[in-house]
Amino acid sequence: MPYLGSEDAVRELRRALSNPNVQSDQLRYRNTVLKAIRAMSQGVDVSDLFSEMVKACATVDIVQKKLVYVFLCSYATLNPELSLLVINTLRKDCQDPNPMVRSLALRNMTNLRLPSLVEYVEQPLAAGLRDRAACVRRVAVLGWAKLHNLQPDAEIDAAVVNELYGLLRDPDPVVMVNCLRALEEILKKEGGVAINKPITHHLLNRLKESDVWGQCEVLRILQRYHPQSEDELFDILSLLDASLVSPHPPVMAATLGLFLGLCSGLPAVSLAALERVRGPLLAACGSTSRETRFTALCHIQLLLRSLPGLMGAHYKRFFCGYAEPAYIKQRKMQVLVELVNDENVAMLLDELKGYCTDVNPETAQAAISAIGRIGRSYSDRCLEILTGLLGLKQEHITSAVVQTMCDLVWVCPQCSDTVCSALEGCEEMLQDSQGRQALLWLLAAYGERVSSAPYTLEGFIDRVRSEASLGVKMELLTTTMRLFLCRPSETQDMLGRLLHYCIEEEMDMCVRDQALLYYRLLHCGIEETHKVLHGQRSDPSLGVLIGRPAEPINQWAYSFNTLEPLRQAGVETEPASRGSPEHVTFDPKPNTDLSDTLNCSQIEKLGTPISGQLLPFFFAEPLKFHQVGWGASVHSHFQISPEMFNRVQVRALAGPLKDIHRVVPKPLLCYLGCVLRFVVLLEDEPSPQSEVQSALEHVFIQDVSVHCCIHLSLNPD
Amino acid sequence: MISQVFILSSQGDHLIYKDFRGEAGSDVVSVFYEKVTALTGDQPPVVMSHGDLHFVHVRQGGLYWVATTTSPGSSPFTIIEFLNRFSALVKDYCGSLSEKSVQMNFALIYELLDEVVDYGYIQTTSSDVLKNFIQTEAVSSKPFSLFDLSNVGFFGAETQQSKVAPSSAASRPIQSSREQGGRSEIFLDVIERMSVVIGSKGVVLKADVEGEVRVKCFMPSCSEMRIGLNEEFSIGKSQLRGYGAAVRVDECRFHQNVHLDEFHSNRVLRLCPSQGEQTVMQYQLSDDLPSAPPFRLFPTIERDSGGRLLMYLKLRCDLPSKRFVVISALSQELSSPDQSAELKLQNRAIDWKIPRFIGGTQLSALFKTSSPPPHPSPPPPPVGPVVLVFELPQLTVSGLQIRFLRLSPVQPAPSQRWIRYVTHSDSYILRL
Repeated sequence: MPYLGSEDAVRELRRALSNPNVQSDQLRYRNTVLKAIRAMSQGVDVSDLFSEMVKACATVDIVQKKLVYVFLCSYATLNPELSLLVINTLRKDCQDPNPMVRSLALRNMTNLRLPSLVEYVEQPLAAGLRDRAACVRRVAVLGWAKLHNLQPDAEIDAAVVNELYGLLRDPDPVVMVNCLRALEEILKKEGGVAINKPITHHLLNRLKESDVWGQCEVLRILQRYHPQSEDELFDILSLLDASLVSPHPPVMAATLGLFLGLCSGLPAVSLAALERVRGPLLAACGSTSRETRFTALCHIQLLLRSLPGLMGAHYKRFFCGYAEPAYIKQRKMQVLVELVNDENVAMLLDELKGYCTDVNPETAQAAISAIGRIGRSYSDRCLEILTGLLGLKQEHITSAVVQTMCDLVWVCPQCSDTVCSALEGCEEMLQDSQGRQALLWLLAAYGERVSSAPYTLEGFIDRVRSEASLGVKMELLTTTMRLFLCRPSETQDMLGRLLHYCIEEEMDMCVRDQALLYYRLLHCGIEETHKVLHGQRSDPSLGVLIGRPAEPINQWAYSFNTLEPLRQAGVETEPASRGSPEHVTFDPKPNTDLSDTLNCSQIEKLGTPISGQLLPFFFAEPLKFHQVGWGASVHSHFQISPEMFNRVQVRALAGPLKDIHRVVPKPLLCYLGCVLRFVVLLEDEPSPQSEVQSALEHVFIQDVSVHCCIHLSLNPD
Repeated sequence: MISQVFILSSQGDHLIYKDFRGEAGSDVVSVFYEKVTALTGDQPPVVMSHGDLHFVHVRQGGLYWVATTTSPGSSPFTIIEFLNRFSALVKDYCGSLSEKSVQMNFALIYELLDEVVDYGYIQTTSSDVLKNFIQTEAVSSKPFSLFDLSNVGFFGAETQQSKVAPSSAASRPIQSSREQGGRSEIFLDVIERMSVVIGSKGVVLKADVEGEVRVKCFMPSCSEMRIGLNEEFSIGKSQLRGYGAAVRVDECRFHQNVHLDEFHSNRVLRLCPSQGEQTVMQYQLSDDLPSAPPFRLFPTIERDSGGRLLMYLKLRCDLPSKRFVVISALSQELSSPDQSAELKLQNRAIDWKIPRFIGGTQLSALFKTSSPPPHPSPPPPPVGPVVLVFELPQLTVSGLQIRFLRLSPVQPAPSQRWIRYVTHSDSYILRL
């Protein structure tokens, strides 16, 4: 951001730089150059000084030279002609007796990034490869990679490539590693540097000479190597064993990555390697650097997928520290949930209970939902804690507890009695839409057992005019309908009022359509309504958390030691921030990985018991639409080309599917069985027999035997 | 492979920006700052993406140290470790890490970056190698202060204070030793971090210690250094040595330059320290501390008839009676005038500060809520845990001691060796 008077500053600097008095005084000259660079790094555009800087480059003062080069490399691309003037100085410096000056000149010559200068650079670079100083060779080797990337289409000089291969035997380890890096870039089209047996063995033997960074690079490149025999493989593994428990997390991670790659056919060996890295990984979890801690935690989560018992005995290491940031606390809680077993459950729950009252509401919510997840296996203890938390009468805690209970009863119907009795009277404490939606869903499912349910609903209906959340309104409609089915005398009146309001006064299309749908459904008779609305209240098949099968390592090995585990973190916690789910739009792209994680067998398993579910499609013609939000479920049976559903928008996710968390990657948590609503808006007027429609019907009926109501021609206002 | 490295102040000012591969423009700096400040507290900020570009950052010294990369397959461990190492280098060269010191030494930092990374590939971060290349002098940001003179006695006589290095002695640029010539110093720090959870009944639920031995060397050239640890030092549960009280750790890791040939027999580490700071040894100890935790709390919580909260806290320090400086957090009504307490509404916590806490004594505090709670009959609000934040100088919880620190061959110039011990609280939680 250029600040006021930056032009003056530049003019001032130019005057100073071209002042012969300044130029003759080395210190003053250097300080003036320094000022220019300072202005540059503060964001002032000082490119006008280029020609003065070119002159300043010809000096014996190395500090000044370095400063000028920083400037020249930043602005060279803007001044290609003037840069030509620098080349002479640089080429002269390449002959300097001081190796530091030579390497400096060579490095900056290649950093100018001007294709027009390539012809002047090649000769010094070639000489640099044979320089007697290692620091010059290091620079020269990488210089060839830079040249190649400047002209990616130019033919690769076989002589240079050969020389680089030869330099793999250079006595300097950094030159060796740089050769690997340069060859990897130059030969990218051919799949990178050739990794054969002699090269591999050479690299492995010299591994110890390199520093941490060199070792990581070598280990990464060696992942492409395929040992010819099992003996050779085991030789390599035992050679690398010391690196596996290296105190440096980068080396440890790179070695494990290589182990997993080499042993992809030998799961037992891979598992043993995971056991070996337990110590170093735990140490990284206790590192002073938060970021290292976080990275280690994310990778431990990966490892736990294949070896759930790996950290069982060390659960205390995952207790949250007082001053840790929320994102680390949440990761730790996710790990703790995985580590639960009969011995430690009491300690663990006690610890988690302590986090529930954390000052940070997000941490508190994460702790509560962690308790809920443990509750799937230890429901009594967890319910006791959860109901205890309701007694605190804190808004965010109550909301999180109700949401957690809602998830819990879906998996463990045996909890429903406790939950029903706990629900009484907590509606006053619920302020956010997610919490109220969860409460409504619970009332819909267990309304006949909560004596105050109609009064609660009445309160909601009285306030419906001021209700802002679409999700709550939709949920309210469904709940009132379902409660009407089991307690008609108490609810008939309020249902009438609600439907009247929604159909006559409500502005939101979605709510209106939903209300109209219910209205027509009631016309069809109570039997029909019952069939459609009486959904399932729980899904025991969703499984217990503990004792879930260990995944094969290959499922995640490719993402080990990449940025992916850390980024997935982002995706997963986003819904945890409980953004309103009703307008979530799935891009077609994320869907591809969704369908990877959710295979259809799971959906089919879920599908059978839930016939009689509601899955309305609304087709409204004039709304411009390009979206097919193709949820998550059906990809393999889906024969029709996806372009058909350019973009489907998931407008509202009702039922316990209030939280996208369930749909996104974790297969265990996908409550696909319930009421998943797609609002499909088509650009053209669909004919009733249109291909799209029949395809949808086909798909849904085949995969999840769902009752599919399609409403045509709802007149849009 | 790193595409760019930049340093931002916490206000988003651009301090340092260097592009190594020309894959993205400098406008991403602002993009990064917008992204990182828009995150809510629970979203992990470490890795963020903007199109094809991935930002990885660490926070050190109140600054953002950011590296960008275009390949999602880059190792996060490597990049984060590199950023941490780079910030440590900057600290070594500039003396301290702050917005000001980075601003003043930007030329030095550009020079460092130039040598450390070439074309996005990390070349070296060893200060031994770098010292041959780095030419720029560090600019010290410390203003002249009269207090510096207080160490000089009348007529230049040695005072008591001049025999003790001030705590800031180690935070100066490593290069200055080259000019000042005389001050070739070595600091050996044993730093332990405790994380302890004590349950409401006084039961120790968890007690972990993470320790490290750090060497900060200001000698331009140092030959070999020998560090002797306690002879009873043992690693793991099974291995016990000697007859006295064993000093035991669960796991121990050494810097790769440490020679361990004398370690097994005599518990001596040999190494040639490079200039600047490095961690020689890291160790950890879980659950089985050799001594009881240093602080215990005896709380009494009552409610009077009006629902007011009365909290009486008695904090006992179970350390041998030496003098300890304790900076402690939580609660108020104080038994001595130099303590203070403050109610922090934002954190909903009471901050009880005890400037000095003598071992073997106890302090007490009484806190009362003055207004009755708002609702007529509310459930008692829970009182959160007490968290202690302290620093125990001259003490290691594990009992690790340095027997000796020898330089061989004996240095020609007089060298000063400082050995310091300190235990910090990483997270010391006492449940009520």
